[in-house]
Amino acid sequence: MPPTDLHSTIDAVWRIESAKLIAGLTRLVRDVGLAEEFAQDALVAALEQWPATGVPDHPGAWLMATARRRAIDTLRRGPRVEAQHDELAAQLAARAERDVDAELDDDFGDDLLRLIFLTCHPVLPSEARVALTLRLLGGLSSTEIARAFLVPEPTIQQRIVRAKRTLAEHQAPFEVPRGPELAPRLASVLEVLYLVFNEGYSATAGDDWMRPSLCDEALRLARILSALTPLEPEVHALTALLELQASRTPARTDATGTPILLLDQDRSRWDRVLITRGLAALARAEELGGTRAPYALQAAIAACHARAPTAAATDWPRIAALYTTLAELTPSPVIELNRAVAIGMAHGPAAALPLVDALASNPTLANYPWLPSVRGDLLRKLGRPTEARAEFERAATLNQNARERELLLRRAAECTP
Amino acid sequence: MRVMVLVKATKDSEAGVMPSTELLTAMGKFNEELVKAGVMLAGEGLKASSNGARVRFEGAKRSVIDGPFAETKELVAGFWIWQVKSLAEAIEWLKRCPNPHPGVCEVEIRPVFEASDFGAELTPELRAQEDRMRKETEQRAR
Repeated sequence: MPPTDLHSTIDAVWRIESAKLIAGLTRLVRDVGLAEEFAQDALVAALEQWPATGVPDHPGAWLMATARRRAIDTLRRGPRVEAQHDELAAQLAARAERDVDAELDDDFGDDLLRLIFLTCHPVLPSEARVALTLRLLGGLSSTEIARAFLVPEPTIQQRIVRAKRTLAEHQAPFEVPRGPELAPRLASVLEVLYLVFNEGYSATAGDDWMRPSLCDEALRLARILSALTPLEPEVHALTALLELQASRTPARTDATGTPILLLDQDRSRWDRVLITRGLAALARAEELGGTRAPYALQAAIAACHARAPTAAATDWPRIAALYTTLAELTPSPVIELNRAVAIGMAHGPAAALPLVDALASNPTLANYPWLPSVRGDLLRKLGRPTEARAEFERAATLNQNARERELLLRRAAECTP
Repeated sequence: MRVMVLVKATKDSEAGVMPSTELLTAMGKFNEELVKAGVMLAGEGLKASSNGARVRFEGAKRSVIDGPFAETKELVAGFWIWQVKSLAEAIEWLKRCPNPHPGVCEVEIRPVFEASDFGAELTPELRAQEDRMRKETEQRAR
């Protein structure tokens, strides 16, 4: 399909405009479900009319004007929504006055930001937040979301419908939270972006080691959020973390798609543009005083790897120290395990093995494939190949990802006494 | 996908004429829009070619040619790196860009190669080279 093909153009316009369109309409009609319907109506109108008229000079404005018209028509005409319409009209009238004041001293005067906070509202279960955010902000179709998450399309559609209903039932306001409310709400937004990225970065199931489009989408949304909330250190920190993780994408698999572990990666293939951006975003987070926070610490760890010209040059003592702080802030056995790995690299496998053994009794990690994998690696370095082999095999049994399983079995096979 | 967007030079840009305040403002606004859309990864304006140099390769020989260079319309005056989903998206963004020079000029969009583009091109030799590097790294780690 040539890039100048009308359908590609409409797709592109939709990608650029849809989130702004839905955000603007949500402010107008105060219901994100209705807003999306009207935006879709405008898209259908474009698909019908543009082949004859050509793409308008200002396609975004055209879509907005069309959607607005549809909104007004539908609200006026439909007996089905009469009651709702009255309510809406009253709300719109009441809003007019309030908004002048609100918009003047609003922390952020941006509909897009309001929409992000709405689709990531904590009243929704995290799966629903993810689906709704990708749909309304990412402009992804239910088919695309379903394919990325390896679930049937009706499941995604249902999640989205339910999410919209829940937001309406809770009368979740279309606004940027302020004061003490801001921090937890922002955390909820960051969690969604982090989940989307990780789902793409390391699939938990299936044959694909990565689903890059999800990483791209999470990164795009993080960059947008950074631009919209320039004074929030943890937003820059999350963006930094995602940029730095994504910078390794070209080196994470070989030509056949087999995963390559971080320390074995060819660093010349790491993406310098993303590393530069990641380090700049981390510096911004630190300037804003956000050093001792979960995403900032993870980004700082990723930055240690990004800065090391070779695996052997990695600053492991610093990584171990960062994990120690991270474990204090957000205690978790997984972080402890990572800390143990860093200590093993900094001070030798003998220093790390007792830490890993102590974690083995932790019920949270009972079926966590990376625990036996780490233990296997330490045992191998300590010259105990038979035990190492058993650990790698156990790790392979526990791993759901076909590619990672292969890698673990290969490592098991390499352990010969 | 990632694209490089190349703004070509004009007589004015080659003569070192600085852009007007009006253009700078419009361009600043456009750049802000790109950033807020998560599209812009990088971008810079380039000084006139009289500030630059070329190195000419001819077999084993290297010779240095100082700027300025003649073929103005083929010279690059600035560039962006954008992250987009398709070439069509890049075209749509570029159509929203203010005219970077007074009068007529062309701006070119060129997709950046990605690892997946090299599928068949990654020859067994290159793959072997990579394997060798990996083994060396592993040995160093041991």
